[in-house]
Amino acid sequence: MENGGYLFAAFAVVWAGVFAYALFLSNKQGKLRQEISLLKAKLEEKGTE
Amino acid sequence: MKRNLLLALGFVSVVITLYLIFVWVPTITEMGIVERIFYLMVPMGWLALLAFVVTFAGSVLFLVKKQDRWDFLARSSAEIGIVFTTVTLFIGAIWAKPIWGVWWTWEARLTATMILWFIYLSYFVVRSFATDEHRGAVFAAVVAIVGLVDVPIIALSTTLWRGMHPPALVFKGDIAPEMLLVMLTSVGTFTILYVFLLMLRVSVRRDEAEVQRLKELDR
Repeated sequence: MENGGYLFAAFAVVWAGVFAYALFLSNKQGKLRQEISLLKAKLEEKGTE
Repeated sequence: MKRNLLLALGFVSVVITLYLIFVWVPTITEMGIVERIFYLMVPMGWLALLAFVVTFAGSVLFLVKKQDRWDFLARSSAEIGIVFTTVTLFIGAIWAKPIWGVWWTWEARLTATMILWFIYLSYFVVRSFATDEHRGAVFAAVVAIVGLVDVPIIALSTTLWRGMHPPALVFKGDIAPEMLLVMLTSVGTFTILYVFLLMLRVSVRRDEAEVQRLKELDR
């Protein structure tokens, strides 16, 4: 299979790019949601004091 | 919920597309097996342009309506656009090496795509240099509006300059039906992935804004 390495490299670049970006967004959202919960809890605590 | 449905649809489409590319479609042109890179290169290039058009539309609406949600959309699409443009340039180089014998050449379409990458980059650079977030968003919107001029240049480059890059065979009708079917399926699959990523990115941007709002309340 001549030039099969190029084909493999092209597919690897595309899928690595898409998955890395999706994973980055997913992790970021997880951290943000955690931070939102903490901040809301903190504000509620402040409100009841 | 919509996002999960889209993800499931995207997953099924990816499986079908990979089956079509690696099992179903025969090798048609003289390029040999590397012709299959086209089934990725065309959708990647399409998404690089689509993402910029969405960035442009979001930017115009942001300047006209002065609502942050349009900036969220424009910024999210620009971020995805820079990812897809980077991937396009990389796989373009991977395709060029066995076919042209070089990784890169200053050919019209390649150069115009590289310029698009720099426009995307400047969209984020002007934002980071602005003194406040709103001003940054306005400057970035202006970059997106001015930068749109590169989109038709990329689309028409193979017709206008007749460089080494293969012409848009799809629009000429000069493409084997099997190739066309796989190409369109692949374009559809990656467009679904783009919409999914855009929804996810906009949602992350909303969360970022919410964190900022809550932090201000906490002060």
